[in-house]
Amino acid sequence: MPALLVVIIVLPLAVAVITFFSPVRLAKVITVISGVVTFGLALTLIPEVVTHAQLREGSLLRIDSLSMVFLVATSFLYATTAIFAAGYLHLGQGKAGTRYGRRFYAGLNLFCWSMAAAPLVNGLALLWVAIEITTVVSALLVAIDDTDGATEASWKYVLIASLGLGIALFATIIMYYAGTTVFGSAYNLSYGKLLSGASHFSPDVVRLAFVLAVLGYGTKMGLFPVHTWLPDAHSEAPTPISALLSGSLLAISFYAILRYFQIAVRTIGPTFPRNTLLIFGIASLLLAALYLLSQRDLKRLLAYSSVEHMGILAIGMSFGAPVAVVGVLLHVLAHAAAKGTAFFGAGSVVRKFGTKDLGRIRGGIGALPWSGPMLVAAVLALSAMPPFGIFRSEFLIVSGGLSDSRDTVAAALVVLVTVAFFGLSWSTTQIMLSPDVSALPAGSAGSHPLSKGEVSPWIVVSMVIGLVALAILGVHLPSQLSQLLDHAARELGVPKR
Amino acid sequence: MTLNVPSTDAGVADVMAILVLLTEFAMLRAPLLRSQVRLYAFQSLVVTGLAIFVATSRHIDELYVLALLTFVLKVVIVPGLVMRLLPDADVDLAESSILGVASMVLVAIAVAAFAFFAVGSLHVHSVALPTSALAIAAAVVLVAFVLIILRADVVSQAIGFFSLENGVSVASLVVAAGLPLVVEVAFLFDLLVAVVVFGVIMRVHHGRANSLSTEDLDRLKG
Repeated sequence: MPALLVVIIVLPLAVAVITFFSPVRLAKVITVISGVVTFGLALTLIPEVVTHAQLREGSLLRIDSLSMVFLVATSFLYATTAIFAAGYLHLGQGKAGTRYGRRFYAGLNLFCWSMAAAPLVNGLALLWVAIEITTVVSALLVAIDDTDGATEASWKYVLIASLGLGIALFATIIMYYAGTTVFGSAYNLSYGKLLSGASHFSPDVVRLAFVLAVLGYGTKMGLFPVHTWLPDAHSEAPTPISALLSGSLLAISFYAILRYFQIAVRTIGPTFPRNTLLIFGIASLLLAALYLLSQRDLKRLLAYSSVEHMGILAIGMSFGAPVAVVGVLLHVLAHAAAKGTAFFGAGSVVRKFGTKDLGRIRGGIGALPWSGPMLVAAVLALSAMPPFGIFRSEFLIVSGGLSDSRDTVAAALVVLVTVAFFGLSWSTTQIMLSPDVSALPAGSAGSHPLSKGEVSPWIVVSMVIGLVALAILGVHLPSQLSQLLDHAARELGVPKR
Repeated sequence: MTLNVPSTDAGVADVMAILVLLTEFAMLRAPLLRSQVRLYAFQSLVVTGLAIFVATSRHIDELYVLALLTFVLKVVIVPGLVMRLLPDADVDLAESSILGVASMVLVAIAVAAFAFFAVGSLHVHSVALPTSALAIAAAVVLVAFVLIILRADVVSQAIGFFSLENGVSVASLVVAAGLPLVVEVAFLFDLLVAVVVFGVIMRVHHGRANSLSTEDLDRLKG
């Protein structure tokens, strides 16, 4: 079974190479196949990981319950985004269109490969390398549309994210230094080794490494105040890339922080790491909730919603009760599905109306009979409405906070999430439900009545899959998955001394 | 408390680290983009020297390979690529920054001092490894941030990022010299890829805006 890890690592990479040279039509098909197969392989690994606690292949590949959660989230989005992209992309005729298609598909597969590699590699150094690769690939994908906005967004993204990763590299070096007191001056940074020796590391050095890691990887995760690249990149990238950035890339960066968290609680106890995450989490949630109230751009709206959810993840980790940690990990999965689906819906709207401006889109449900209502459902899911997965995960997080007698923080969390809900649902219901198309001023995109009908059936398929997954996570968690989350939460807990 | 006299090895490492920091300050005041790139090449050369020195003094043979790779990538290829990306001389002068050169250097001195005291207050003790060089490396990283924040053109910002990476390299050489070679090589490879991406986006920006200034990169807000 460990050989499957090699397959997951090789398949998207091989597909990336093939799609760069193959005709675009073929690239569409094999990307979908590769996405679905990768997701299937990830699912078959779940029972293995639950029984054996960890699987290793050579000294470089390793998976345990914690990384499994993130692999499932990433591969799920790989599959659904591949399906969505098949319907979303409409390429111009001739050479330019073909070139764009090739670059896009090679980039998409490479991006998914690097994100799948991050949870699979064994060690903090290789993790940094994988996340750095995600940056360079996704920066090019953000720039691919070659507009003024895309150029500006990708410059900000590559500069700010690279600087963040520079800090994260510093954190890696400092953590290595912390380990030299136990392992001598030459060792590798594999997780098993670090976790076994962590209780003997120098506390001050680990504290420094943890803060640097939160700041560095937090830049890519979109934590305040280092989130500034995020709304630009999410709104200017092609929509399939926005979905991957938001649902998967941010989660992978969170995974990196969790790895440092895991080591830090063994050295310095849980208080300091939890408080650090709490500060970043509350600040991010507050900022995002306020920005959601006054947003004029559909994709920026969803981007700020991502900042909000990353804040929730950080706050959830700060509670520390096992039930809250299970909630956090479930939230990673549910957010991937919900944000992916919401971006797919937004992509459908943008294609239909030809604008992202919330003021110029009206009557979405009338124009888009399937993806319109599903976009509303996805936004409600993002706002933690039952019966979807985010309701369950936020419920677990808040109840974990209350059981840990962190009542004030839990209350603040609920209030801010409600503010965010208001902003998000107000804008969305306005564009989707207000029927008046003809009342718009002349010259705007909606001034001529749009014909009723979907942009592409593939978009509808990808959204149906996302909503079904969300409902499954919310209503009836499969037993293997819930065991996986329990194990992962235990790995993140404070070990008994 | 007895006064610690640094050993010759630690002294040499410190001197080289300080040289890297001084180069960073020089970049801050270099008016020409080309001279900035040359300073970066020189800084990388010092880092190469430090790698060779650490390899000899601590008998870590792998570091010779690293030194060679550092030299090839950071002294030859990266500055060469950036030089080629620079358009003709008419925009060679760096954009005037928000602060004057003198105030910029003062800010950088304050920031560097902060790094010294912050790392010093950690009370990190290590038998084999000098910690003063670690403080200098942290100062290089922070001064690189000053450069990126206060300079308003894409080349300075990119060079700022590359030199930040040099600062981290110094840190890794003084406190993590035993880091496996495969990891170090992966770091360097990533840097090379990052250079290419920076270059591509710099080119695209220059092609669209016909300038290297970041002034018109302010459309996306809110």
